[in-house]
Amino acid sequence: MSDARVAVRKTYKLFIGGKFPRSESGRSYVAQEANVALASRKDVRDAVVAARAAVKGWSGATAYNRGQILYRVAEMLEGRRDQFIALGLPAAEVDEAIDRWVWYAGWSDKITQVYGGANPVAGPYFNLSSPEPTGVVGLVPPPSFLGLVSVVAPAIVTGNTVVALAAKDAPLAAVTLAEVLATSDLPGGVVNILTGDPAETAPWLAAHMDVNAIDLAGITDPTLAASLEEAAAGNLKRVVRAPLTTPDWSADPGLTRMTAFLETKTVWHPKGI
Amino acid sequence: MLGTRSIKTTAKAWAIDLAIRMVDLTTLEGADTPGKVRALCAKARRPDPADPTCPPVAAICVYPAMVPVAVEALAGSGIHTASVATAFPSGQAPLEVKLADTKAAVAAGADEIDMVINRGAFLSGRYLEVFEEIAAVKQACGTAHLKVILETGELATYDNVRRASWIGMLAGGDFIKTSTGKVPVAATLPVTLVMLEAVRDFRDLTGRQVGVKPAGGIRTTKDAVKYLVLVNETAGDDWLDPDWFRFGASTLLNDLLMQRTKLTTGVYSGPDYFTLD
Repeated sequence: MSDARVAVRKTYKLFIGGKFPRSESGRSYVAQEANVALASRKDVRDAVVAARAAVKGWSGATAYNRGQILYRVAEMLEGRRDQFIALGLPAAEVDEAIDRWVWYAGWSDKITQVYGGANPVAGPYFNLSSPEPTGVVGLVPPPSFLGLVSVVAPAIVTGNTVVALAAKDAPLAAVTLAEVLATSDLPGGVVNILTGDPAETAPWLAAHMDVNAIDLAGITDPTLAASLEEAAAGNLKRVVRAPLTTPDWSADPGLTRMTAFLETKTVWHPKGI
Repeated sequence: MLGTRSIKTTAKAWAIDLAIRMVDLTTLEGADTPGKVRALCAKARRPDPADPTCPPVAAICVYPAMVPVAVEALAGSGIHTASVATAFPSGQAPLEVKLADTKAAVAAGADEIDMVINRGAFLSGRYLEVFEEIAAVKQACGTAHLKVILETGELATYDNVRRASWIGMLAGGDFIKTSTGKVPVAATLPVTLVMLEAVRDFRDLTGRQVGVKPAGGIRTTKDAVKYLVLVNETAGDDWLDPDWFRFGASTLLNDLLMQRTKLTTGVYSGPDYFTLD
């Protein structure tokens, strides 16, 4: 074999509905020395359709099953550890991200125990509250890989489906994560990842009437953040506001990113009749 | 040739409104109730309750038993009441039953009748029988418009579609319609092309214009616009009118409304904001 083998170069594409399409617009851009698809508003629309279609199956799956699948994702992340490191990520951050994923996976069958409950009421009723997923969640993750995992995992572990707009200057880890998800038994459409410029696509996501919540973790421009919140008000989306200071993603994440996308359903059931 | 064409902004808005005006809003289920038909009629009058500029649809299409309900709910709106008849969807009943079915629907107030042709006879080559049946049903219709359903999904070849189209037109049909929506293969662009060529040639030969109605399987605005382009390029813009071209559909209307809302509000809409039926 000749030494002059030409390496196969990779085009980093979008992740919509479990598939890896190019942008509908045909556009691409160069980031991290690779050709990356530049998503358009129509890719956002397609991703929301895919996410909506996946809500029923994913939110209807048992917590146990969702947990199994998320553990499987962590296994695949572990297997591709070197690939993430080859993208220039510090090994410590990759390990932290994998651990973070496992940590969230464990919450799938516990969050209901912590946030649901049997309420004492003055009457002959069982009164039961249970947290339910919000639906389709739009995410603008921060550029760091740990940050990406820390916003995607808590949104899907409770049964939501997501459309994530990867950071413009650091899309490769996001697409590689998509490749992990595509090989992890995660149903297509539960996570959709669009590369490109969130400043261009996020307004469409924020204004989309079929998106139920939005997380602005990666927005640093206060003017853009304000306009996105305003657009999100159109259908009363739940909004996780953009952070005022750069967050420390390696700190204990707490439960707030999971509970932000949960709604409590309470049922009254007569007893003793 | 049609898949990649872009129709945008004002042209798209025009096409969407035209397509809404061409919809025969259809419910043909065993589970239809008067309540469901009334709800559908309300939707036919004002497809988008939030926007008074949204035009009404062309007609409501129901089973004969639901015609009185639809006629009452649509009174004064100018929206037509279409009824399927002649032992829809199979057409496997004696001729007397088919004629009685038709007369009952007309008597109940339907001003459009969607009949099915006798495919059993057609596929066995008994074309005269098919012709005479259609002519008899046309007579039973009186002043009501007759749409002849060819059920192209069962006709196997494009030659058959063309032949059935001509039989339907020669026997007096006012419209030829692709499908019942009850077999797996419903309206397709190629079949509609054949039928549009047939009505074009028929008018050139006889001077009488016949309408076309693709039905079943048209679910998105993009599909509907492709059909409109096909109509314009094959039969001509004389047919770009609800009197001469219809869409038999139920789910299509919601997609048209969503696209219309996107154009008027500038943001993507979602299925939560429109009625299910």
